[in-house]
Amino acid sequence: MIQTVASIPLPVFENLVIQKNRLTPTGGQDCGKRISIVTGIHGDELEGQYVCYQVNRRIAAHPEYLAGTVDLYPAMNPLGIDSITRGIPGFDLDMNRLFPGSRDGAMTEDMAARIMEDLLGSDLCVDIHASNIYLTELPQIRINELFRDRLMDYAKLANVDFIWVHGASTVLESTLAHSLNSRDVPTLVVEMGVGMRLTPAYGDQLTEGIFRLMAELGIWTGPVAPVRTPLISEEDDAICYLNAPVSGIFLKEQPHGAILSAGDRIGSVVNPLTGELLREITAPADGLLFTIREYPVVDEGSLLARIRKEAK
Amino acid sequence: MRQSVIYEIPSLYRENFRVHGYTFGQGERSLCVVGSLRGNEYQQIYTCSQLVKALRRAEQRGELNPGKEILVLPSLNPYSMNVGKRFWPTDNTDINRMFPGYDLGETTQRIADGVFRQISRYDNGIQLASFYMPGRFLPHIRIMRTGFENVEKAEWFGMPHIVLRDPRPYDTTTLNYNWQIWDTNAYSLYTTTTTSIDEESADQAVRAIFRFLSREGILNRPIQGGFRSQIWEDGSLASVRPRYAGIFRPVCKPGDRVVAGDPLAEILDPGAGEAMERLLAPCDGVVFFLHADPMTYANTAVVKLLPEQG
Repeated sequence: MIQTVASIPLPVFENLVIQKNRLTPTGGQDCGKRISIVTGIHGDELEGQYVCYQVNRRIAAHPEYLAGTVDLYPAMNPLGIDSITRGIPGFDLDMNRLFPGSRDGAMTEDMAARIMEDLLGSDLCVDIHASNIYLTELPQIRINELFRDRLMDYAKLANVDFIWVHGASTVLESTLAHSLNSRDVPTLVVEMGVGMRLTPAYGDQLTEGIFRLMAELGIWTGPVAPVRTPLISEEDDAICYLNAPVSGIFLKEQPHGAILSAGDRIGSVVNPLTGELLREITAPADGLLFTIREYPVVDEGSLLARIRKEAK
Repeated sequence: MRQSVIYEIPSLYRENFRVHGYTFGQGERSLCVVGSLRGNEYQQIYTCSQLVKALRRAEQRGELNPGKEILVLPSLNPYSMNVGKRFWPTDNTDINRMFPGYDLGETTQRIADGVFRQISRYDNGIQLASFYMPGRFLPHIRIMRTGFENVEKAEWFGMPHIVLRDPRPYDTTTLNYNWQIWDTNAYSLYTTTTTSIDEESADQAVRAIFRFLSREGILNRPIQGGFRSQIWEDGSLASVRPRYAGIFRPVCKPGDRVVAGDPLAEILDPGAGEAMERLLAPCDGVVFFLHADPMTYANTAVVKLLPEQG
């Protein structure tokens, strides 16, 4: 059933409407649990569109297996998705820095507060992101170390390749995931693929993981595929960041997901005007290339790649 | 006056990104002033340019005391201003969310790091700040309460108002916050506008900074005028928010004294033209902030009043 999460008037003949689709059991069995699948907080991240569609489609094909509530929120920032804008158009604000919001606050904060109210009570929330337009990411879950113990077992079932437990940061306190995790709604943040594009293979992979999680909660009684065992990174120094040493055009030579040895060439930064090879980019350590730059124009400092170093 | 490039990174197809600094005097690092951090902060770069002009004249007249150094950076982000963007042109990140910066990080983190190395360890820091919402302010000094704030010295500017506010999570990456953490007395100086130039309030800001310089012993002559500042908690300001979105038609202006019930603005139906809502003053006070866009969303703070202190 399509439900309205928030409807907020815009100045000229339009309302900003955030909708969800609530799927509930049609038969007698209902475990009373609820999973919420959230995406589209950043308007340029579209990978979650495919996942919402697939979850919808698979449940519609076998409604007899549904034994709990599935709430699908495909477009938390509908104006952003419509206008190919990462933040909230008109405000130049990152929606994922507004939570938990305030019903007494400005429009954007009110919107965030209504979303929070709607999500509270979920037994699990999966917040699907798609990196940005610059970087492609291997399907991964990022966990704030504060919530590690609560989330790790769920994360292992989500069929991702990599789980990254990172340090707490004050800036991240205003994200949806942090706000929900702080209010007893376990929330997994998935990053996968790249902005403005769909990567169906990743979407299918995560969809399998979501059904596995639903089975774990008792929401799905149908068959589920086995999930892959993710690589887990918990130490700060386990991740290598490769930033562009010079401005130029980045020529990528490795696909993300590649297993690299120290010294392997990842790509190069070149100058098309002069024809110079400005710098070769090589792996500083053995490991998994889980992030790679997709957008070729780089300034000095632009992130080119991230490697999860091989555990010694 | 010495002009120099305090930070530079090469670009592929543009001239190098350069942050220019103007230095006056030599010795104790007494004051650093930062103008525009974003590409649309035209009032802030203008005000800074006028400050450089006034300091140069003061230096020529021998009015700056020896042993004190002032550094002025009119623009930390010329790349964005030259292409009409508020944030960093390639990835839309905000330099003022990157402090204290990271020298091995992304581009704007590197800029923040490179600049902060040059502008930290000054005794005093002034940022000519802008508000994220479009609107006009009464000129004022704003200070974040980090535990290191120096409110007493803020009164030296002689600005009519000082507003204190508690930092929120995202504030920890701003220039002002990090200045304070690294032992600089930091002040955000707000003039009336951002995207347009208001010469009168820019002049008022330059005079306020000169008043501060005089009290701090950097300038060897007194500056006349100025106000005995009133100090406000940000939360004590009375916000007026419309219930409806629509065309915003103000009937007051910043600085107006109003009594409870006075009309402040109307929200007009964008189709039929009728007033859907009349916004009235909730208390006696002075109009401190007024929304400047022709349209408004519902529940946006379009007017802020300094309540009459009884």
